[in-house]
Amino acid sequence: MKRFEALLPFVGVAVLLMVWSLTVWARVVDPVLLPSPVATFRAMWVGMTSGKLGVDFLKTVERTIYSTAIAAVIAIPLGILLGSSEKVYRSVEFLIDFFRSTPASAMFPLFLVLFGVGDRTKISVAAFGAGLVILFNVAYGVMNARKTRILAARVMGASRLRVLWDVMLLESLPQTFVGLRNGVSLALVIVVVAEMFIGSTDGLGQRVFEAQQLFDMPDMYAAIFAAGALGYGLNLLFLTIERRFVHWSGK
Amino acid sequence: MAGTQPAAKVELTGTVRESSHRTAPHVTIRGLTKRFSDATIYDNFDFDIPRGKLMSVFGPNGCGKSTLINMIAGLFPVDAGEILFDGQPLSSIKFGYVFQNYREAMFPWLRAFDNIAYPLKVMGVPKAERNGRVEKIVASLNVKIDLNLYPYQMSGGQQQLVSIMRALIVEPEILFLDEPFSALDYEMTLFMREQLQRIFVETATTTVLVSHDLEEAVYLSDRILLLSRHPARAVEFVHYDAPRPRTLQTMSESDFINIKAHCLDVFQREVRKG
Repeated sequence: MKRFEALLPFVGVAVLLMVWSLTVWARVVDPVLLPSPVATFRAMWVGMTSGKLGVDFLKTVERTIYSTAIAAVIAIPLGILLGSSEKVYRSVEFLIDFFRSTPASAMFPLFLVLFGVGDRTKISVAAFGAGLVILFNVAYGVMNARKTRILAARVMGASRLRVLWDVMLLESLPQTFVGLRNGVSLALVIVVVAEMFIGSTDGLGQRVFEAQQLFDMPDMYAAIFAAGALGYGLNLLFLTIERRFVHWSGK
Repeated sequence: MAGTQPAAKVELTGTVRESSHRTAPHVTIRGLTKRFSDATIYDNFDFDIPRGKLMSVFGPNGCGKSTLINMIAGLFPVDAGEILFDGQPLSSIKFGYVFQNYREAMFPWLRAFDNIAYPLKVMGVPKAERNGRVEKIVASLNVKIDLNLYPYQMSGGQQQLVSIMRALIVEPEILFLDEPFSALDYEMTLFMREQLQRIFVETATTTVLVSHDLEEAVYLSDRILLLSRHPARAVEFVHYDAPRPRTLQTMSESDFINIKAHCLDVFQREVRKG
């Protein structure tokens, strides 16, 4: 029974593959539009090992990591600064919420004017979107630091700076990681969209778009799955780091 | 500070000074006033906390038991009045404070050992000495807990014991405890009472305990401060001088029963007044 339970996560995958195979086999959908799982995974394997897909995959990884890193480096210290004073945060809260609600894709033309056609635009729009998400989470993490814990440190004679450094900063870490996970997901979305539509010659977005233009359906599905795997992997990576370094999260 | 004191005081011999020191109250509260938006909790409140005694504060719900020790320990500001420790302000003494909510008062990112050592770190004590002092206090209290665990890996009682050690590590002149056992189950509460009593017998630190459990207050205390409804007055300052260590047997002695009954009488009279 225990062994069976360990297999549960694979049941959904197996069912999807079965339905997909049956659909192809029964010719419910035009085979040009829906290639078989085998053809799709072969295209993925060939593309990742010897084709252009692997290069595009790495290019998208690079852009996503750069933009998330830039966002984190700017947003984490700024979030701590804003969060450490509720008055300061309240005074900029509207701006943060407004730009956080603005679709980052609406900023493409502006950033194109600022940075031209190239990597700098894609990375900076993605960093902009991810940065606001991280900023908001870090600031809230600092603001919601347990009052008792702060009092406990103050009662021991800790200075304001020490309370900020030893207590509020660590208290905000679980929320900071929520921000980082959401931020990296958003950065990936923005990077892929940017690769599709703003004059790109590489990246997963461009690969999906090009395969569709050439009507190469196995390649297109392969690129979509690669993007999915990337998103899932990045989330898992941050979760692993979080469990390692923020061991007290949720306890 | 010492230079400004009158010369006569300097001439006192060591023993005289020490004995006057022993009998003088430890904490003097004068004209304490505290208002919250909807009520006056303290209005010109005067009180002396005796030295080297375990004192409990007991009174009707919402009368300001916790507020009192929070103001003495500087967690809440006072609206008016003066609280002095041997004539000194709070900033010049060492004290310990134990919160009711140990889960939120411990630092979950530090192991129990480092939680206990943290106040010394704030004071700038070097690491080697910090470790030595933690080991010393653990040995003297005969604590059998794995201090390499993180607080969230421990039971509630263990966490509260760690938090009491964290308060004691600075060798405080006065120890405050705000309903320290009210979040624990009864079995653990009984165990923790013994731990606290043992600590008190060993260190004789002036201790102020806020309790909502009369049995606990009488059992642990030398003095019980009974407060009225707000604005709080000291209705009575009950003495209970049963020898220590007190045991569960103590609770069935007539002295204990009489004092507890008397406190309950006073308490109920105050409750009815509201």
